[in-house]
Amino acid sequence: MSGKAWKFGDNISTDLIAAGRYAHLRTNLPELAKHVLEDARDEFRTGVKEGDFVVGGRNFGLGSSREHAPTIIKMAGTSCVAAKSFARIFFRNCINIGLPAVRVDTDRIDDGDELELDLAAGVLRDKTKGIELSFPPMPKVMTDILNAGGLVPYLKKNKGFKLA
Amino acid sequence: MPLTLAEKLISMHAGREVHAGELTVVKVDFAYVQDWTGPLTVDKIAELGAGLSKTPSHTAVFIDHASPSSFKEVSTGHVKLREYAKSSGCLLHDVGEGVSHLVLGEKVTAPGMLMVGADSHTCQGGALGAFATGMGSTDVGVAIATGETWMLVPEAIRVEVTGRLKPGVYSKDIILYLIGLIGSDGATYQSLEFFGDTIENLSVPGRTTISSMAVEAGGKCGLFESDGHTLEWLRENGREGDYREIRADKGAKYARVINIDAPGLEPMVSFPHMVDNTRPISHPDCRDVPVHQAYLGSTTNGYFEDFEAAAKVLKGRHTAPGTRLVITPGTKSVYRKMMSSGLMDVFLDAGGVINSPGCGACPGSHEGILGDGENCVASINRNFKGRMGNPKSFVYLASPATVAASAIEGKLADPRRYS
Repeated sequence: MSGKAWKFGDNISTDLIAAGRYAHLRTNLPELAKHVLEDARDEFRTGVKEGDFVVGGRNFGLGSSREHAPTIIKMAGTSCVAAKSFARIFFRNCINIGLPAVRVDTDRIDDGDELELDLAAGVLRDKTKGIELSFPPMPKVMTDILNAGGLVPYLKKNKGFKLA
Repeated sequence: MPLTLAEKLISMHAGREVHAGELTVVKVDFAYVQDWTGPLTVDKIAELGAGLSKTPSHTAVFIDHASPSSFKEVSTGHVKLREYAKSSGCLLHDVGEGVSHLVLGEKVTAPGMLMVGADSHTCQGGALGAFATGMGSTDVGVAIATGETWMLVPEAIRVEVTGRLKPGVYSKDIILYLIGLIGSDGATYQSLEFFGDTIENLSVPGRTTISSMAVEAGGKCGLFESDGHTLEWLRENGREGDYREIRADKGAKYARVINIDAPGLEPMVSFPHMVDNTRPISHPDCRDVPVHQAYLGSTTNGYFEDFEAAAKVLKGRHTAPGTRLVITPGTKSVYRKMMSSGLMDVFLDAGGVINSPGCGACPGSHEGILGDGENCVASINRNFKGRMGNPKSFVYLASPATVAASAIEGKLADPRRYS
């Protein structure tokens, strides 16, 4: 998976990703997706290309439990969300919908850098800078959920949680 | 091995003793959704194909976020939720019944339970000694359909609050101070656990304010031991039999201990656009901040006691010209009590307007959306850009008493002048 980095700052809340004023569009995800990250960086929603990366700072996705937030980031065609750290519910929601979320030192990435994600190797490559940023492995259950494409396909396959 | 509250409560649902850092599958006692997250949950349950609900009597749908609805699309989502409730046999709390967590606090939440909700403020249940945490629509859908979820047993932060709060200072000020201290990610993935004589003296509504905001520091839950106040609350709500003793073990291991001296606390304000951007009300930044809307309500300050604190300040006074006062009772029973106790008259005489019970203006879709450039001081739980419906407005968080004082003065104001 490769694409261009779209940089965002620290504390990108779910309100910035999927604003409350568009809550009436939550039952119409393609319409809601047109407003993804609108209040954080308006040009993203029109400029994002298949494979691009959302690159945040600290505490990405804080706030509400709305799964619509990672869902519309995924619907924008992004490869992954990379951040220095994630809020708990957002992180788990990403994995549950099959959107990779990786913890790396994003200070080393600049806006527009060409990135490539190698999930199996646990590495995010910045091809513009020629650097590799490794990320900590997730618990096995999360890796399995992500590899299955999300929690629903995982459970259909496994008929329950396999933690070990 | 001595256990923290989180370890103890999760162990009770894991069928074995578990400790911080372990992964475990847990039995879920109660799972619920609201109208903004529920329609997606219904889709996920259908995709899963495992049945509509494993335990319908322990599953609930709340129509509280846009209630009554202001958009046809939201209304259609409500139709879907009502149909799900009917076909699954789960509980339905429809328009006007109130905020999910507050209604559950009255009717369901009890010490020792494990609850998950598709709403980040589900952590509020910790006020009654329940392990309660917010999750996304899919996770909660799975919990509804299978009766289980998996979780990482969190490390705990022990927050020890001691001494008497000064008049005009409330539990909201404790939690805003704490979040200012540790930051909006200061407790990420961790359990915030509250102890000390100040906490022991707080009523369940006072504790509810604190536990609801555990998530605003990134916390997975905000837990309290059960005690006489818990029992009194359950008795008031006709559920004395739901009481059980939940205590942390002596010698339990905490990742961090934070001591707060309650008498040293002032009324606190969170400035836009972050909850951890706090100032004591005496800070020079709090001078001459105009307030266009003063807002009372939300899951964080939606019980009767919260409105009573505001009414004490507002009684016999009126809002400043150019400042509107908007009030949303947290539940129907709070609404009734506000009528029978005369609080409604106090608010109406003060120039206030009263919404139907629910989430009101807090999540930003109706009943008090701000205009461009407007400031709101609100007894709600978060002030992110756009939270109250307009990214060009500014939300300041404070206690109900501070909101009331600010409504009177038309600018951020110290409630201690009125106590």
